[in-house]
Amino acid sequence: MKSIDEINEKIKSGKVVVVTAEEMVELVKEKGVKMASEIVDVVTTGTFGPMCSTGMFINLGHSSPRIKIGGGKCFLNEVPAYTGLAAVDIYIGATALPEEDPRNSVYPGSFKYGGGHVIEDFVAGKNIKLLAYAYGTDCYPRRKIETYINRENVNEAYLYNPRNCYQNYNVAVNLSSRILYTYMGILKPNLQNANYCSAGQLSPLLKDPNFRTIGIGTRIFLGGGIGFVAWQGTQHNPNVPRTESGIPRMPAGTLAVIGDAKKMNPRYLRGASFVGYGATIFVGVGVPIPVLDEEVAYYASRGDDELLAQVVDYGNDYPENVKRSLCEVTYAQLKSGTIKVNGKEVPCYPISSYSMAVEIAETLKEWIKSGLFYLTNPVESLPKAGSNLKICALEDGRIDPM
Amino acid sequence: MKKRILIRFKKNTIDKPIVYRLAKDYDLIFNILRAHVYPKAESIMVLEIEGEEENFERGMEYLKSKNLQIEPIEQDITRDENKCVHCGICTSVCATEALFIDRMKKMRVGFDYEKCVACELCVKVCPVKAMNVYFD
Repeated sequence: MKSIDEINEKIKSGKVVVVTAEEMVELVKEKGVKMASEIVDVVTTGTFGPMCSTGMFINLGHSSPRIKIGGGKCFLNEVPAYTGLAAVDIYIGATALPEEDPRNSVYPGSFKYGGGHVIEDFVAGKNIKLLAYAYGTDCYPRRKIETYINRENVNEAYLYNPRNCYQNYNVAVNLSSRILYTYMGILKPNLQNANYCSAGQLSPLLKDPNFRTIGIGTRIFLGGGIGFVAWQGTQHNPNVPRTESGIPRMPAGTLAVIGDAKKMNPRYLRGASFVGYGATIFVGVGVPIPVLDEEVAYYASRGDDELLAQVVDYGNDYPENVKRSLCEVTYAQLKSGTIKVNGKEVPCYPISSYSMAVEIAETLKEWIKSGLFYLTNPVESLPKAGSNLKICALEDGRIDPM
Repeated sequence: MKKRILIRFKKNTIDKPIVYRLAKDYDLIFNILRAHVYPKAESIMVLEIEGEEENFERGMEYLKSKNLQIEPIEQDITRDENKCVHCGICTSVCATEALFIDRMKKMRVGFDYEKCVACELCVKVCPVKAMNVYFD
């Protein structure tokens, strides 16, 4: 048994032993869970994938005369930002698109520049064109402003991502007879490819499947800077089928995360365009797992061969919201390049970058070893399996009984 | 052997049925990968050509005799290494497996130029615009 405070003492004295989740898998194979849990203090995880529920709050500072952009309209490099806040607080979401973007009117659309690209450019220190319109008030008389902002000339800029870091994800296939352009990439007709999107054995929440150590307040690697777990992510659903040892077999927990965008690195926040689907952003997240005991070590060391995902049809089932799995596969099978679905050998391809996930886990490891990053005790736990959370569906045509 | 070439047409040289001649007279199998042919501007055509080495050489001599500029192309599709995030999406559309997941290198995306047929699907799907087409 170790406490987080003891681990932090070891970080301070330079004696901490940190391994990546990938290294932990090998170490446990070699030395067993018990010994590994005694040797290792921290396991670092990482993931780098498209995460649409990502965005950035900015406080622009006040102009002279003042303008109340709140309730008005605001564009950053022509991409609309949300203005339903105070005078100069705005939020730019990763999937926002310029009003002039043709979207899917010429199918499949290319979505060349959206909110995710604005975030990447901002974090890279580039000038962003700000255009805002307001209705004018006695205290905020100005109606329009056109200028440039960058990370040096705004007050606060922080990411607040309502849902990142999915614990497990679907494997997408297409049983229909036409090509599909999805957030899981291009899915060729009649089961010609299977696309998956998880770092598997490096993925943060798969390495702490019962949220023993990851909770609200946990300090993390976010976009190349420091962030924190703010809350459970939207659609957080710990009540899903699990393996015998308790690892979710389908998408389950998620994280809402927050962090100072001014200190992030555009290498780990990359605006992305998914043909036929939309604009989004690749986000790099890394979470340290303090090896408190054997149980934590056990879960942190589960390899791709023990982590399962469900194969889902995006031709009919996903768009129609039919909850059906065609079959179950392991991440080891996915990474081998072929899986078997409905009796057919199907080549499979990743959507999230495993090599970047490795880089993030390695970076976090170096930060901890060199005393730049300390671990935190969660302020509050995330809802766990058995909690009374349920996922609501949006039914149309509901009638207000009043 | 199989080679890809870029043919540059000068003004007023687009009236010869060169592709037909390559196939008929030199027994070369052709695949037109890309063509921008305009009557009054410089035009280009990208061909993949398969056949006997000797026939290929003779075919190229024929093209040169028609005042066409021939350039072998190897790197018309390029990858911006600073932009690529090695997500792997491009590998799902690459029919020739020029783009592939390198399982020995932490699942990085490898790019084997020799196998590339410049179909440009990767350019279309790359979410971070790391793949580019160049004809120069």
